[in-house]
Amino acid sequence: MANARFLMAGAIVVALAAPVLAQNLGVIKQRQTIMEGNGKAAKALVGYAKGETPYDAAAVAGLFAEMSSGAAKFGTLFPADSKTGGKTEASPAIWDKKGDWADAVAKFQADTKAAAAAKPATVEAFRAEFGKVMGNCKSCHESFRVKLQ
Amino acid sequence: MLRKVTVGLALLLLLAAVGFYLLTIPQRLDATAIAAPGSGVAARGERIFWAGGCASCHAAAGAKGADRLWLGGRVLETPFGAFQAPNISPDKAQGIGGWSLGDFANAMQRGVDPDGQHLYPAFPYTSYIKMTKGDVADLHAYLLTLPPVATASPETQLAFPLNIRRGIGLWKLFYRGDDRPVVTAKPGESAAVAAGRYLVEGPGHCAQCHTARGLNGLGGLDTTAWLAGAPNPEGKGRVPNITPHASGIADWSAKDIAEYLKTGFTPDFDSVGGAMVEVQENMARLSDDDRAAIAAYLKAIPAVPTATLGETDK
Ligand code: HEC
Ligand code: HEC
Ligand code: HEC
Repeated sequence: MANARFLMAGAIVVALAAPVLAQNLGVIKQRQTIMEGNGKAAKALVGYAKGETPYDAAAVAGLFAEMSSGAAKFGTLFPADSKTGGKTEASPAIWDKKGDWADAVAKFQADTKAAAAAKPATVEAFRAEFGKVMGNCKSCHESFRVKLQ
Repeated sequence: MLRKVTVGLALLLLLAAVGFYLLTIPQRLDATAIAAPGSGVAARGERIFWAGGCASCHAAAGAKGADRLWLGGRVLETPFGAFQAPNISPDKAQGIGGWSLGDFANAMQRGVDPDGQHLYPAFPYTSYIKMTKGDVADLHAYLLTLPPVATASPETQLAFPLNIRRGIGLWKLFYRGDDRPVVTAKPGESAAVAAGRYLVEGPGHCAQCHTARGLNGLGGLDTTAWLAGAPNPEGKGRVPNITPHASGIADWSAKDIAEYLKTGFTPDFDSVGGAMVEVQENMARLSDDDRAAIAAYLKAIPAVPTATLGETDK
């Protein structure tokens, strides 16, 4: 009996240890860094959209270009060995609903790419692109990101 | 001897059955707790509709914009099974178009339907019980102005023993709650905090997600860790602690909270996600004053470290 319990405990330790060995912490860090960049860009863009910062077409084009290059990489940073570890807040849905995930990534790529290409000259033209890009944050986080605390 | 035991057992069983029957009789609202028929004003009820988040459960999954006003019902997947949130559109046959204000108030604030059946607390009537009768009447009037939907709602099928609706009566004896505030007013409290208490504890039902429950999620809300976070019922992660504790949102100003509810962006421009997206979009429909009131209340409640009650730790 005690033996069986010990064996059980052993099995549990192995089960717990397995994902630890498989964690791909490098890609987790990379995708989190891209997202932090999105947060910083969003902060600056909101300033222009609200008129709190005087509109600067060159700076805005730069921010959209940065977001676009991040979006192009982002979808490649979710290999099967990066489901856990590194405080990742990636939802299991990324791997369970592959089609929906691919659509969300593709939409973010397309919208940031279009915004970067548009290089809006006026704040009015900028607001339209801004709205399209920022809509992605919420809709992707709704299905594919879970807070850990 | 054997006969005596059998008779004794039968008597005990009978007593237990009678006890169960008596304890689980559906309790309805007093007539004085229901507003006068016809007193509800639809225009005022729209605010309560968004504050109460009815569309999040009763409109089709993923419905956006005007589609959120089509309340034909949907299925809600939970760890306890799939609940059918029924059709509450004003359709006379399939919805609640034929219900009186009293029928509606008893569903909203006692969890009892017009046939006298107990409703599952997946419908957050343990929060709606704190609403004023005037707001319930306004909400009812507003719902009657929405488009009727003619889809039938299948009956919720849960596994034994949760399938016995009468048993919900026992649950209610312990956990139904009442209309008293959870966080009592401090002397000199501002009007905004009081207004926020009503919105958060009542129609907003924020605690239903942000507060942990006893009995592995089957019990009542742990009011000693009010709004201090809970395991995510959908699996990985947590519903965050929103008290002014360091493990909660102490570093958010009242303005930050109000802004998050309006735009969905946190102070460091992270974006809202998960089940909070629907809530945030409902909150965006309220006035700046209402959002400021919610924020004022969240800054005034006790700071509690992140709750671990009922935790299955992932
Ligand atoms: C295609 C899906 C997707 C889109 C679009 C998206 N996010 Fe994210 N975001 C995620 C995922 C997944 C994570 C969790 C990453 C992890 O922890 O592994 C995340 C995490 C974050 C984080 C936390 C990063 C950290 O770990 O510190 C921030 C901030 C963020 N997102 C901001 C944004 C903003 C702002 C936008 C819109 C401009 C946006 N996101 C758009 C999927 C997305
Ligand atoms: C968290 C999800 C959720 C929210 C939010 C919610 N409901 Fe429900 N509601 C349900 C579920 C689930 C049921 C069915 C309970 C049952 O079958 O016992 C229900 C039942 C009802 C009923 C009884 C219908 C019947 O045919 O028996 C009414 C009326 C109702 N809800 C109105 C509302 C209103 C009005 C709001 C907004 C103030 C609201 N609900 C918000 C989940 C929800
Ligand atoms: C249906 C469940 C649910 C309800 C109801 C709900 N919340 Fe949330 N809330 C969440 C989840 C899940 C998150 C995490 C959001 C994310 O993943 O970005 C959250 C996040 C938050 C946050 C941000 C916390 C942080 O650290 O990022 C605040 C503030 C908040 N909610 C306030 C409220 C208020 C106020 C109410 C009531 C009006 C409410 N919530 C009702 C599920 C809910």
